[in-house]
Formats: sequence, C-alpha cells, structure tokens
Amino acid sequence: MNTKSADAELGNILDWVERMRKRVCEIAREWEGREGNLIMILHAIQNEFGYVPRGVANELSREMGISMARIYEVITFYHYFRLTPPGNHTVQVCMGTACYLKGAEQLRDELERQLKLMEASGGRKDEFQVENVRCIGCCGMAPAVVVDGETHGRLCPDKVKAVVKQKRGK
Amino acid sequence: MGDKRLTTHDLESYWAETTPTRPWIRVSMDTGGLAAGAREVYQALLDEQEEARADIDIQQTGSMGLSYADPVVVTGDASGRTVMFGAMDPESARALIRDHMQNGYLLEDRVIASRNRSVELNGQEQVAILVKDTSAGVDEDRTAFFQELIREELAIHELDKRIKVYRAMDMGLYQRGVCVQLLPARVTYADVSGPDIRRIIGESLREGKVLEDLLAGGGDLQERIVLRNCGQTDPNRMESYLQAGGYRGLKRALLEMTPEEVIADMKTSGLRGRGGAGFPTWLKWQLTRDPKADRKIVICNADEGDPGAFMDRSILEGDPHAVLEGLMISAYAIGADKGFFYIRAEYPLAVERIQRAIDETRAAGLLGHNILGSGFSFDAEVRLGAGAFVCGEETALIASIEGRRGSPDPRPPYPSVKGLWGYPTSINNVETLAAVSVILDRGGEWYAGFGTDKSRGTKVFAVTGKVRNPQLVEVPMGIPIRTVIEDICGGADRGARIKAVQTGGPSGGVIPRTKMDTPVTYESLQELGSIMGSGGMLVMDESDSMVDVAKFYLGFCVDESCGKCAPCRIGGFQMLKLLEKIHGGKGKAEDLETIRDICHSMQTASLCGLGQTAPNPVLSTLKYFEEEYLDLVASDKNAVAK
Repeated sequence: MNTKSADAELGNILDWVERMRKRVCEIAREWEGREGNLIMILHAIQNEFGYVPRGVANELSREMGISMARIYEVITFYHYFRLTPPGNHTVQVCMGTACYLKGAEQLRDELERQLKLMEASGGRKDEFQVENVRCIGCCGMAPAVVVDGETHGRLCPDKVKAVVKQKRGK
Repeated sequence: MGDKRLTTHDLESYWAETTPTRPWIRVSMDTGGLAAGAREVYQALLDEQEEARADIDIQQTGSMGLSYADPVVVTGDASGRTVMFGAMDPESARALIRDHMQNGYLLEDRVIASRNRSVELNGQEQVAILVKDTSAGVDEDRTAFFQELIREELAIHELDKRIKVYRAMDMGLYQRGVCVQLLPARVTYADVSGPDIRRIIGESLREGKVLEDLLAGGGDLQERIVLRNCGQTDPNRMESYLQAGGYRGLKRALLEMTPEEVIADMKTSGLRGRGGAGFPTWLKWQLTRDPKADRKIVICNADEGDPGAFMDRSILEGDPHAVLEGLMISAYAIGADKGFFYIRAEYPLAVERIQRAIDETRAAGLLGHNILGSGFSFDAEVRLGAGAFVCGEETALIASIEGRRGSPDPRPPYPSVKGLWGYPTSINNVETLAAVSVILDRGGEWYAGFGTDKSRGTKVFAVTGKVRNPQLVEVPMGIPIRTVIEDICGGADRGARIKAVQTGGPSGGVIPRTKMDTPVTYESLQELGSIMGSGGMLVMDESDSMVDVAKFYLGFCVDESCGKCAPCRIGGFQMLKLLEKIHGGKGKAEDLETIRDICHSMQTASLCGLGQTAPNPVLSTLKYFEEEYLDLVASDKNAVAK
C-alpha cells in the first residue's frame, strides 16, 4: 500500500469518526433529561449503525457520562441489541409457537442450505444473515419470516427459497 | 386535524351520528394483512378507482382479526349494506370496483358470508345466492357441483338472469355439509342435499317461505367490545376514532365523575387484568391511588411476549386511541400525571401507530395541561422493549424502562406502592385498557352483563396452530373452548383431528380434547392445570408430540430466564436437558420423577412469574399425556412387549 492510499483510508476513517460523533451527540441531545432514556438511545444507535459498535458505545459513555459497564450490562441482557454488524440482508425466522408447529425449523434448515450453496458458488459470506426471532405476532400467517423488515407469511421451504432468491437479485 | 385544542362542543359534534353518504371500501392493513399483500390491494383499488372514475371512499383500517382470509376488504354503501371479501389480490381488487361496486356483482371464491344469519325473508327480493361445502375431511369439494345445480334450477324457474350464484370463501359454518345463503336476506340453509335445492328455489325464493328444517339460524357467537373499532376505523386518524364515539369515556370520567366514582364503576364492571393473572383492575387502581406520594405513574404493558399471541398487537395497530384513552382514564382514577407505553420493539407498526395517536391527541389538547378544562393534566410517551420476555413481569418491566437489565425484584413492595423510580405505579395490559375506555363510556353495569359471575366481560383470543381458520376472536367469558375452536374457527385442519389446545403460552398448559367443553374462565382453566393467560390458544393435532411441545416451551423459558434466581436458572436448564434426553429416546423412567421434583422446586422457590409458571407446560403434558413420555422412556417395557 502506498502512502497516498493509506492517507486516503485514514481520511475516510476520520471522516466516519467525525460523523459518528456528531450523530451520537445528536441522539444524546434528543433524549437528554428525558425519563427512562437509555434503552431508547441504544435503539436509536442500533437503527443508525445496524448494531452497537464498541467505539460508538464508548462515545455515548463519554457524551452521557454513563459508564461502559452500565451500557454493556444492558446491551448484553437484551436479545434485540447486536454487538456485531448484521449481514447485507437480514432474514429473521419467527420461532413463535404457531410457526414452530407449522414448520419454522424446516424453513430455517432450507435457509441454511441456500446460504451454503451461495457461499459454495462464490457468494459473499455476509450477504445474508439468518437468525431466529421471538414471535413477531403474525401467528395467523404461520410460518413467517421477516426479510429486511418485510414480513412474509404462509411459507414453505420452496417459497422461502424464492424469497431469498428475489432479494439476492436486488 | 390541525393543531387546534378540541372543546367538549367539538367532541360532541364528532359524536353526533353520521351515516356515510358515499360507498366505501375498507382495507385491513395491520402487520398480518400487509404481509399477505394488503398494500398492493390498496394501491390497486386506488388505481382502479381513478381509471373507472368511481366515487368511492377507500379507507385503511386495522384488522378485524380474520387472519386466514388476509388480505381482507369490506365494502359498504349508503344503505348500510356491507359485504366482506377475503384472500384479495390486486386483480380481484380491480374487479371489486368494476364488478361489485359499479355493477353489484359479487366475486367468486372471495365472499366471507355474514355471521348474522337471519331467520326471516321479510318478502324481500333476493338477488344472490352463496354456496359452500363446509364438510371437513371429504375428498371432494362439492361446492362447484352445487353451484351448477342451483343455476340449473334457477334456469327452470327463469330466475337465472336475476339471481346470481357464487361460491363463498367462508360461510361461518363448519361441518354442516353444503350451506347456502340467500342475499340480501342472509337466510342460511345448512346440510343441503341435492333434492333440497328444488325446495329452496321453488318454496323459499319464489314463495318467500323459510324452510325451517334446513335453517341455520343463530347470530354471531362473538361479542366485539375490545375489538369494536378494529377493522372499522382508521387507526392513523384521530378523527375516525372520534366519529366512532372515541374519548366519550374520557369526557364522562373527567367532567362527570370523581376518581373514586371511576374506580367504583370499574368495580361494578368486574373487569380483571387481561394480561393473564386476572387481578381485579379496580383494586389495582385503588391500591395505587391510596399511598401518599409526590407523583404517580401509569404504564400500559404492551410487551406481548407469549409466542403465539397477537391480540395486543392487533389492538394497538387497529385501535391505538382506545388504549390511550383507557390509559388516560386510569391515570385520572389514580392521580397520575405521566404514562408510558412499554411496547415490544418487534412490533414496529404498533409503535408507529401509538406514537401517532399520542402526537395527534396532544396536538388536539386531549393530552397535556388541563385536559378539557377539567384541571387534570397528563402526558404519555412510548418506551421500547428490547427482546426480553421476562419484561412482561411488572418489576422487570419497570427495571427496563429505568434503563436497567430486566431482572424482576422481589415483591412486596408491589409497584402500586413503590414502582417506576420509586413512585406508585399502576401497570395494565393493552386489552384491559381498551376495555376501560368503552366501560367508562357505557357504564360498568353494561359490561358486567357479559360473561360469568367471577369472570365478567369478554376475552380476546388468538386462535392459531393446526386450526382451519386461524384468527382473533372475542367471546363472552364462560363460552366453551370447543365453541371457540370448532364453531368459530372451523375445528382442525382438513383431514386432521385435534389432540389438545394450549392456553397461556409458556406459562400455561395443555387442555386435552376430552376437556374441550370446559368454559373459558380464569377459574376453570386453572382447575385444568392451565391458565387463561394473555389469550394465546394454540391448536395441536395428532401429529404433534406433546413432549416436543413441552420441550419447546421450556426451551423458551430457559432462554428467557434472567438468571437472577437459582431455581429458575438451574432448574429450568437441568429439566430441559432431561426433556431433550427423553425426546431423543435416551431417557429413563426415573427421569420423570426428577422432572416432577424440579417442577415443584421451581414453582415454589422462583422469584417471579416466569420461573414459577415455566413448569406448567411440562406438568400439564405429563398430567394428560404421560403415555407419550412413557413410550419414549420405556425401553425396558418395549423389550418385555417384544
């Protein structure tokens, strides 16, 4: 790597840090002094960054005067908060009781199989992230999955395959 | 509505009865409807309306709860006649405007027949006939055959031009053979055989005679109190709620009653907490009102975590103002100045609609300082959950709003004495609050007229799993479980047989087929070893293993245990290991004894409801389906049998 491109990269990182600090500051200001704000702030941060990066948590800690231990205590307790970046597309398989009884595990297996096939054919590893979620309240449409925030119901392995294929095309 | 403070006079003009002058179409657009394609249907309706230059009021609503039929669309005209259509798609949406709205035809295989069946023809001229074969388990569907039969008979009488025959999507009758409904009268005949067709056309249609022997009478088995506006009003417009009589209960409470009188009216109503435990609502309010404190707080518990339940989501998405109004009334009764909605982050649409309801209400001056000039001030905010089932427990919920880990605290002190930030706090569930607003409007006595002595009013259930028509139902307490499952939801899937019904989710238990005539009340379900719970009703058929179901629920509780107390943390984990061992065919008979021991310890020694009730699914499956466990552990017995 030559000096020029290393400089450019450093510049990018510094830009990102600058933007991140500004955003964290805005979020903190928005919620400052409001009752019961910590979890709401963490939601705002995850919405912004896709997860709660350590650097951002650190910035938040300084900005709000909350210890890192307090922040991590909360993030690690709640399933909803992520400590690692999500994939390009997120596929959430509902594991509520109705979905479970109607074959959610088969959907999950099919998704895993599709991902393996994709990787084998040279696809990116972080293209899709498949995870189980708690009941999304679409029990009448079981089994259901949420792909990038969009709910799909009354699925079977073939249909879920089609949903993923369609996303991949985008 | 603009940023204008509403006066009582403004409210009264909204409440004055208005009848729609234009024909309308309502599209159910809750999370379930949207997942089934309701947005595309809505768009197609708008497009077609423009192309056809039709003057139709196309509205967005929440869901009535007919999940099996999503996307659902209801049409109506100035005469008050409504028709419901299910399984819509963009193409049928266009046909709905062209053929139905403009030309009066119905759509094939889409009509959901009215449950309010009439027993009189009243000399009306009938224009359409719906037909549907409702028998389950038969190999061939005779609907199309009967449709043809009726058409031929109509032709003989030269009525075929005037009366159209349509295949219905759903008749609201099940296991009743071929059913036929005459429209617009809604006279319905069941168990119709081939020769009956001649009588239906000849005697019923031509001569206006009702055929008593074939008549399927009876009105709707459901009673829509909490779900009164779901699917009727636009949840995104406060105006729509006001026109349906919204905030009348609040006005009555604030301007005509003292807080004590509000609590007394709630006592008369007999309403008990719909979150599951069934604690009398008025008593919770009284206990929170009693302590002297600088301030008090009310919370709406919308952390609907029971997997397999979606009542609260549907209410929040379908009628957010009703819940907000209930919360405001509870605050007035208790003397609170601040309220929080604690909503699951997994319900983004519910969060959006509640937030919008709060913003609109605040802009209209119904939230904030000196509401309606009553001297009562109150404001509400949303706080999100973050995926922790235990946060449905009151003390854990409080911890979560305070920004801590959602671990429960020992009680007492109860939240009514020392709650959020140490202030007396009343926490009510979504469904409870949606009932409160209508109780204050219509009076406690009116509400107490529904249900049984100890369990008054109605309860909303989410009936899902291996059932023919998964849906939300709202029924008076005391109705048998069988009526809910078989008469309202159509019983098992085609060709299957129900094995058991699970109520109360991870804290509840299974009710075997043989006990399905039990009435739905807090007490009767507890006697069976289950609980009312928040309202999940999961149907399981003979292909479902009860050991697997117990393992599923226990696995859920182990995952969700906060880890604070040992009986729940260790007991749950060890028991799950034993269940996995048994399910894998490696268990021994003595393992069942150990499981029972652990269950007992968890029930008696756990800190909160999660640990105390986590053994319920295991114990109740052991109670009613022990042979399934024994079959898996009895390798010795198998050897003897061989």
